[in-house]
Amino acid sequence: MDRLVFLLATGLARGLVVALFALSLVIVWRAARLVNFAQAAVATVAVFAAFAVTGATGSFWAGLAAALLTGAAVNAAVERGLVRRVPQGSPLPGMIVAIGLVMVLQSALGIAFGPRHRPMAAPFDERPFVVGGVPLLSPYDLFVLTVALALVGLLAWLFNGTTLGLQLRASAAAPEVSRLLGVRVPRMVTLGWALSGAVAALAALLLVPTELGLNAHSADLLFVHAFTVAVLGGLDSPTGALIGGVLVGVLVSLVTGYLGAGVAPLAVLALLTLVLLVRPAGIFAAAQVRAA
Amino acid sequence: MSAALAVEGLTVGYAGAPVLDGLALAVAPGEVVALLGANGAGKTTLLRALSGLTAPRAGRVLLDGADLSDLSVEDRARRGLAQVPEGRSVVTELTVDENLHLGALWCHPGRAARRVAVARTYDLFEPLARRRSSLGHQLSGGERQMLALGRALLARPRVLLLDEPSLGLAPRVVSQLMGVLRATARETGLTVLLAEQNVTSALSIADRGVVLSLGAVVVDAPAAELADDPALRHAYLGF
Repeated sequence: MDRLVFLLATGLARGLVVALFALSLVIVWRAARLVNFAQAAVATVAVFAAFAVTGATGSFWAGLAAALLTGAAVNAAVERGLVRRVPQGSPLPGMIVAIGLVMVLQSALGIAFGPRHRPMAAPFDERPFVVGGVPLLSPYDLFVLTVALALVGLLAWLFNGTTLGLQLRASAAAPEVSRLLGVRVPRMVTLGWALSGAVAALAALLLVPTELGLNAHSADLLFVHAFTVAVLGGLDSPTGALIGGVLVGVLVSLVTGYLGAGVAPLAVLALLTLVLLVRPAGIFAAAQVRAA
Repeated sequence: MSAALAVEGLTVGYAGAPVLDGLALAVAPGEVVALLGANGAGKTTLLRALSGLTAPRAGRVLLDGADLSDLSVEDRARRGLAQVPEGRSVVTELTVDENLHLGALWCHPGRAARRVAVARTYDLFEPLARRRSSLGHQLSGGERQMLALGRALLARPRVLLLDEPSLGLAPRVVSQLMGVLRATARETGLTVLLAEQNVTSALSIADRGVVLSLGAVVVDAPAAELADDPALRHAYLGF
């Protein structure tokens, strides 16, 4: 019973990180109707930037800012420099470019920094609080929960409470009509990519200290989990990404705790397969087609 | 007086099979012009070329004498050229209120000014006021068309381009829409180019009728004259 409570609590913290990353995939999908397979590689580049800045300044927060800026800048450059230049009619060219970019970025990181895992210190203690003999969340888990929830709140406000968010949503839903109303749609698309890059970078930065350490493939598994979540929740649904993220986080935590870490990826892939078989559009997907 | 909207030598489509073939047209400020013609005559293509959604092979579009050729769709909109495209022009994932605020965004800076402008639109189109928090896809065809028209007018356009606003609507709704359009044009001096299959209702509010055939203007006459000329109607409009 104690074990179950502990696994559920850590699963929640991990799940929110997965949810954030899935949210970043949803943001790109809504802006550009593209699954950005390069999101993990871009996020890893951003975490390397954070690692370098934190190493040079000694400040975790400076590193965090560097990760956000790098994630946003790299994704904006990817959209302006690559994705915008491939044919738009079908989703395939953009997807292939993104997969190519994964290889380029990961190889570059491998050449520059080697294959070893660099240990990254968490800014807070990672030993869990013990409440009544039951180990629960660590201070770092609490930090992750707080940051993730704050970011979700911030994104909800940005998209639903500001005129910029209104333009972002309109551009995603109906680009042609939005342009006729004077909305600078190309700029909104770039902004969506940048925003999504920053969110992905933050998710990866929160995750890496709890894992083996930093190397070119640090965020790969996070991407697989988040992709599962995005498909589970429907690529169009931020709410779906949130709920799905927590579910997958808890699933991974429970399977790891009771059956072993090696089984967890299998469990996630089994879930992905199941969703694709039963409800390919996602559980939270609205049944509507994008207007012109 | 210089034309509010002028089109010179506009050619769209492939050589040998142009959709528009050197089309010329001038609309005076405050004038309501009905753009008529059979399916495939080039009405929608003309409107899309005017707003910049379709790139022409040759020719120019002038708004108040200024050449729009190098401007993007969104910059033409901000200069005062509004287009209500045919059919699905409401952003169905946004609410009625959000659609209207989107239309008011760049020409009513400030939250308070936008709210006032949107409130005026609700006065003009009362059915919309009852549905302000409904999503676009929950609206009826008539409500959608009202929303699209109200949203376009919110940007205080100089020239309004309408593509088949009466398509699929009940006659009562059509006459209500046409009434608002006519009244707005009279009160504000709005210039309107109205592409319609519904010849009778278009001519009932227009000053002038222009008939397109095979991508060129074949008839350009006062609306009253066109409405009363059975030979013309029969030759180009098919009834």
